[in-house]
Amino acid sequence: MLGKLSWSVIPWNEPLPLLSGGVVVIVILAVLALVTIKGWWPYLWREWLTSVDHKRIGVMYVLLGLVMLLRGFADAIMMRTQQAIAVGDAQGYLPPEHYDQIFSAHGTIMIFFVAMPLVIGLMNFAVPLQLGVRDVAFPVLNSVSFWLTATGALLVNLSLVIGNFSRASWWGYPPLSGLEFSPDVGVDYYLWSLQISGIGTLLTGVNFVTTILKLRAPGMTYFRMPVFCWTALATNLLIVATFPILTATFVMLLLDRYLGMHFFTNDAGGNQMMYVNLFWAWGHPEVYILILPAFGIFSEVAATFSGKGLFSYRSMVLATLGICVLSLMVWLHHFFTMGAGADVNAVFGIMSTIIAVPTGVKVFNWLFTIFRGRVVFRTPALYLVGFMVTFVIGGLTGVLLAVPPVDFVLHNSAFLVAHFHNVIIGGVVFGVFAGYNYWFPKAFGFTLDERLGKAGFWCWLIGFYLAFMPLYGLGLMGMTRRLQHIAEPSWQPLLLVAEAGAIVIFVGVLCQIAQLYVSIRTRESRRDLTGDPWDGRTLEWATSSPPPAYNFAVLPRVETIDAFSEVKRRGLGRVEVTYEAIHMPRNSPTGFVTAFFAVVTGFALIWHIWWIVILGLLAAAVTILVFGWSDEREREIPAAEVAQMERARPGLGRAA
Amino acid sequence: MATIGAVPIDLARGRGGGGPAPTRIVVAYGFWIFILSDMVMFSALFAAYAVLSGNTAGGPTGAELFDLRNVFIETMCLLLSSYTAGLGALSAERRQPGRFLIFAGLTFVLGAAFLFIEITEFAGMVRQGAGPSRSAFLSAFFTLVGTHGAHVAMGLLWLIYLVAQVIVKGLRPAVLRRLLCFSLFWHALDIVWVGVFTLVYLMGVQ
Repeated sequence: MLGKLSWSVIPWNEPLPLLSGGVVVIVILAVLALVTIKGWWPYLWREWLTSVDHKRIGVMYVLLGLVMLLRGFADAIMMRTQQAIAVGDAQGYLPPEHYDQIFSAHGTIMIFFVAMPLVIGLMNFAVPLQLGVRDVAFPVLNSVSFWLTATGALLVNLSLVIGNFSRASWWGYPPLSGLEFSPDVGVDYYLWSLQISGIGTLLTGVNFVTTILKLRAPGMTYFRMPVFCWTALATNLLIVATFPILTATFVMLLLDRYLGMHFFTNDAGGNQMMYVNLFWAWGHPEVYILILPAFGIFSEVAATFSGKGLFSYRSMVLATLGICVLSLMVWLHHFFTMGAGADVNAVFGIMSTIIAVPTGVKVFNWLFTIFRGRVVFRTPALYLVGFMVTFVIGGLTGVLLAVPPVDFVLHNSAFLVAHFHNVIIGGVVFGVFAGYNYWFPKAFGFTLDERLGKAGFWCWLIGFYLAFMPLYGLGLMGMTRRLQHIAEPSWQPLLLVAEAGAIVIFVGVLCQIAQLYVSIRTRESRRDLTGDPWDGRTLEWATSSPPPAYNFAVLPRVETIDAFSEVKRRGLGRVEVTYEAIHMPRNSPTGFVTAFFAVVTGFALIWHIWWIVILGLLAAAVTILVFGWSDEREREIPAAEVAQMERARPGLGRAA
Repeated sequence: MATIGAVPIDLARGRGGGGPAPTRIVVAYGFWIFILSDMVMFSALFAAYAVLSGNTAGGPTGAELFDLRNVFIETMCLLLSSYTAGLGALSAERRQPGRFLIFAGLTFVLGAAFLFIEITEFAGMVRQGAGPSRSAFLSAFFTLVGTHGAHVAMGLLWLIYLVAQVIVKGLRPAVLRRLLCFSLFWHALDIVWVGVFTLVYLMGVQ
């Protein structure tokens, strides 16, 4: 009746997951109770849960990413603490069985439910505004994408209290992840949550490729698009080109686990290295899916806060597209030690070195953009400088690892751990924080506190170096990754430094939470009435903060790159325009309802409760049928109402 | 779609000059991109089949299992159904609901025949003890061909649903856009099948 589910799957005898799970449950219940008591449900349902507005969906993505960042960061602190104290005779406080789940959850959460939602959230918010249009190509699909991502995040967190999570790391290599060596539900939690959120991500890719290629303001030719839109295009092309590979690979592993097939098993002709190849054929482009939007954000930040246009726009675009193509040709460098032979390794080693060239071009472009600019060191600009220094170090250690003989020595060592945290924290995380500080006033109409923002930046920067530079050394000293217990006492001093670094980052996180809290409390004094707090260059700053649901009452006409700064330069005043009726997509509960059934179905699949699976799939089919039948998906805002709303907006843009 | 003010419609919309493209273009284009992603998924399954096709683990090989005569009939059904689907799309564009319904019916019958032959083939193999868990080769075979079959089955259900929309609502623009997406989907399944027919069956019987 209930498949593998019973009371014994709740880890009564393990205080840690039970306690943390209990706290999460209490927090969720408290939030739900508060919302109910205050009577906020109708507002939440109308304005957020069923919203198909790209700006609202973007904000929800970022919120999801930030909440999951706290979860992933808690895992990180636990691992650092374990490694710092479990040395020699000491065993630390995390048994191997639990430690393995933590590093698996940390990687899975940080990539899929922190980095992806943050990057996709910022794209959602900024891309249509920068393109000068009113929404994405498929607004309802966009909402479905978000809710499927949230479904995956919820399933991963359910594993904290109901059953357990995977112990096979974030990449789930068979045969360890196969039924023979992972018979419990851990790997199933991993696979189903990533399958469900992966469908959401794929739909996002389809949506944004279509949006960027087919929906742009009049006059915005390709070479007038802001660089962030170019990087978003490259990222979404990569999503469309590679997420289906991950889906297919996970389908095969699921078939091995559920139907006894032999894709990756030890017996009957299975081939484990095929999983590794397929996984990284998605996995390497994935790191560029994450970093390219960060490059785009830094390009916007560099130009805006230097008060001049981006240096060599065209080479920046070409470098972006070059990285996009090359990123598909380097996957084998993740497993040079597979034994593919010298020729194959040489090809992939050279390709991996070549991909550093367009990245280098970008770094020089940012440097020359800042050079002789009037740089205003607001928080996003600080992240830009911190990024350039940190990311170059991470890039160089990456080129080092791309040399196969070196890789044979450093494969799966702490050196590698240091390398990819160096590029992901120094690149993606710093980029996302820069974008968060940069676009926050646009989203909410008031700026974030600078003092706490800068304190957060310095803690993250210093904490990062303290936490990860020692790992380079430890890797060279021979420490492998994922150690639950440290047998070599001479490593302990550096591990203690790394622990200190994690604590400094924690202080940084506290500063950021305080920044948000203080900014909300003092929002009346930090209102952005112009819609253009940074003297921005692109179209999102041409509308008010926060923008109206329709973004632009009249679609802007674009004649150059940096369209808005051109308008400001020419000093065009506010022209009186005749407003026309605007058609906007109606709210739709489709995304939320889909996610509800996805949670139920996913949970039932994990626990082998087949009758619920059938019911869930039927309900999902009905949802699709109902949505597919509807024709009236748009509502009209009459011209008079648009004109009224436009006149009511305070001191809107020096030009529109 | 959106108001584009005084911009002339005949400018190449969506390619830069003239502002957002019309809904019909946006929907078809987006669905094309989705089909491309589906192709990528199939390419991963093809790659897995190519890697595992020799790993029969002492079990039956393709040459022992495949019956080319059946597969030929099956292929003809699917290719013909693509032809009738094309004629159906043309009738829909010309607002001829009667002809559209006839061609949609033919498409459905041919697609269902394809699916029937495929399921019969699968059932026969399972009866011989050559099911998907027999060897890595058979796992890859059933997954690749079965995923294509599942797409055909979904396509048939979708076709019924669209026919219902045509009957109830008539050939209005929203329905025409959905029919356009269905045509793209159905023809794409043909392309995948050409790959399956060649790589799995023709090369498998050698």
